[in-house]
Amino acid sequence: MDFLNALVALSNFVLVPAIAYGSQLALGALGVTLIYGILRFSNFAHGDTMAFGAMVTILFTWWFQSMGLSLGPLPTALLALPLGIGGAILLLLTTDRYIYRFYRQQKAKPVILVIVSLGVMFIMNGLVRFIIGPDDQRFSDGERFIISVREFRDLTGLREGLAIKTTQGITVVTAIVVVALLFWFLNRTRTGKSMRAYSDNEDLALLSGINPERVVMYTWMIVAALATVAGVLYGLDKSFKPFTYFQLLLPIFASAIVGGLGSPLGAIAGGFVIAFSEVMITYAWKKVATYVLPEALAPDGLAQLLSTDYKFAVSFVILLIVLLFRPTGLFAGKAV
Amino acid sequence: MTDTQRNMVYFLFVAGLILSTGFLQSWNTAIFILNFGLISAIMALGVNLQWGFAGLFNVGIMGFVALGGVAAVLVAMPPVPEAWSAGGTGVLLGLLLGAVTIIAAVVVYPRLPSGRIRALGMIVILIGGFFLFRSVFDPAVSAVEAVNPAGTGYLGGLGLPVLVAWPVGGLLAAGAAWLIGKTALGLRSDYLAIATLGIAEIIISVLKNEDWLARGVKNVVGLPRPAPYEIDLQNDLSFVERAAGLGLDPVTASTLWVKLIYAGLFAVVLILLFWLSQRALHSPWGRMMRAIRDNEVAAEAMGKDVTKRHLQVFVLGSAVCGMAGAMMTTLDGQLTPGTYQPLRFTFLIWVMVIVGGSGNNLGALLGGFLIWWLWVMVEPMGLGLMQLITAGMPAESGLREHLLDSAAHMRLLTMGLVLLLVLRFSPRGLIPER
Repeated sequence: MDFLNALVALSNFVLVPAIAYGSQLALGALGVTLIYGILRFSNFAHGDTMAFGAMVTILFTWWFQSMGLSLGPLPTALLALPLGIGGAILLLLTTDRYIYRFYRQQKAKPVILVIVSLGVMFIMNGLVRFIIGPDDQRFSDGERFIISVREFRDLTGLREGLAIKTTQGITVVTAIVVVALLFWFLNRTRTGKSMRAYSDNEDLALLSGINPERVVMYTWMIVAALATVAGVLYGLDKSFKPFTYFQLLLPIFASAIVGGLGSPLGAIAGGFVIAFSEVMITYAWKKVATYVLPEALAPDGLAQLLSTDYKFAVSFVILLIVLLFRPTGLFAGKAV
Repeated sequence: MTDTQRNMVYFLFVAGLILSTGFLQSWNTAIFILNFGLISAIMALGVNLQWGFAGLFNVGIMGFVALGGVAAVLVAMPPVPEAWSAGGTGVLLGLLLGAVTIIAAVVVYPRLPSGRIRALGMIVILIGGFFLFRSVFDPAVSAVEAVNPAGTGYLGGLGLPVLVAWPVGGLLAAGAAWLIGKTALGLRSDYLAIATLGIAEIIISVLKNEDWLARGVKNVVGLPRPAPYEIDLQNDLSFVERAAGLGLDPVTASTLWVKLIYAGLFAVVLILLFWLSQRALHSPWGRMMRAIRDNEVAAEAMGKDVTKRHLQVFVLGSAVCGMAGAMMTTLDGQLTPGTYQPLRFTFLIWVMVIVGGSGNNLGALLGGFLIWWLWVMVEPMGLGLMQLITAGMPAESGLREHLLDSAAHMRLLTMGLVLLLVLRFSPRGLIPER
């Protein structure tokens, strides 16, 4: 029995990766949930918006790198992030102006907007592949680890090591900053309050003189920022490949729905629920179990519940359970 | 111009497109487009059943298509006796245990008092069942996969004629659709979309990882064919003579002839399904479906069981897609789970239905052929366009190379553009619902 080593192994393989992944999902889900709350449709193009924002950031990162600009131990991508956000804002405002606005004025049914977002998804997907290609792109630089396995072992004298990648640290810190800013904006500023009012009751908000086009514009801008940050963090942590961003759509939607569509707090909770279940169910528990359990009970196999290829199944099953038993999500969202 | 005349013009136009491909490029490409166009049209018919008739938003078409492909393998490939004796019973028993666990959970759930007892009971049944399932299933699977992994490593099929697989593919997809519909229908349309999207991904990951079923990413190749092999035709003297009579060399003649046989088989299925869909649309059942689609509350007030009808049409539409999937795998002669991509097998079919005209079977057919032709031809057209644009640039310019390389991705852009333009300027499609 060796709880300390078990705890370290657990943190190294489960807690740290899940927290980082959960932050990325939460940021993605916040974007989906905001669009659902204000514009009232499920945006299928969100994954590709993330990819687009990340792509612009990557292009600027490469440019900065070629000029010799860097942030020292931090990845250069952070420097390029504001420019990436700008690119995504430009793209989303353009699509809204030329595509979504027409249907908003027509008061089209939500499902029509969803189909329109499929078209937008195609175009964005094509655009990203057109500009940067369908292949894997690596763009992280700077220090690789905050603390590496060897350093941790030397420091503590334990048998197990704990590695925290710089990208994981940055992910968590950035996510906290972004979420704090978002909540401050939604709860404290005039525009944020008008957004919440519009989301709660459209007619009443219009009656009290809130300009809907302004609210929609701010929503797209915030969504662009959230999506780009999520996309860049995911790309730094893993790698950038357009198709994986498309596939992220499923866990992101699962997070938003599990938390309750339309509820920002729910989106964050949902992101972590999905991330932790995905990592924990696909993790091979043999190592941790051998530390904690008496020798006679130690597992023979890997003690892995499901192979990692089934991680989609995990988010999906959680989604299904929530939809069947608590359709409004954990934090009563606005969907019925 | 009456509606019929206009529709004729549309179809003649698409036929002209395919024929011009034959004259300008090659007849091989033209018949390739025709064959996949037939299959796409069938898929579009299936989606039109769900969306056009009943307003169900299903974005899991890829999953049903893939299940049809599995059916082709399970029906047509010869069985692997060594694998069956090594672990066949274990695999079946394991699957049975898994199914029993889920059924037990579903049966027991309403019978337990809600609260802690129910939660505990569910946990015991599900977790106990899961470990029981794994303990039987895992060793059997490794035994099966250990049998000649380079050549087989799976249980094989039934060794029946491959044409049997087409209806079986439909049945398999229908079964899966029933399970999904039972749980996910009745949710709002966005949720159904997410749920079906997820199911499709799961079906594909099962196909990729469960090697005992259909060899996973190692692919099953060499499926039996309903048409003769080209090489046999080339060795057949009477065939060579007839080809020479038409002024064709035996190699070209045999490939074209085999493709035409496929086209004939697909056309028979398409015509049959189209006739059935038309009958369904103009029957009381079809009118009821459209009534439910247009106003669920009113239909319910008239005593229609909305959830049941939705389940019915969801299963039917998915079965059509499954059948098309089996046909496609037959045409390919192989099952390659790695090639199933949602953009190609789900969203492209949606573009077909929306462009053609949702709610109109003729529209679905037109959309199937037209969009498929575009999907195939955009790539060479894009390349041509890029060559035109980059003609003035220096040969070693990086931008020029990049633009030429990127031409392949014009497809997605074009499809998105077509979808958005149709939705904006002709939201009811080319052949609107009557």
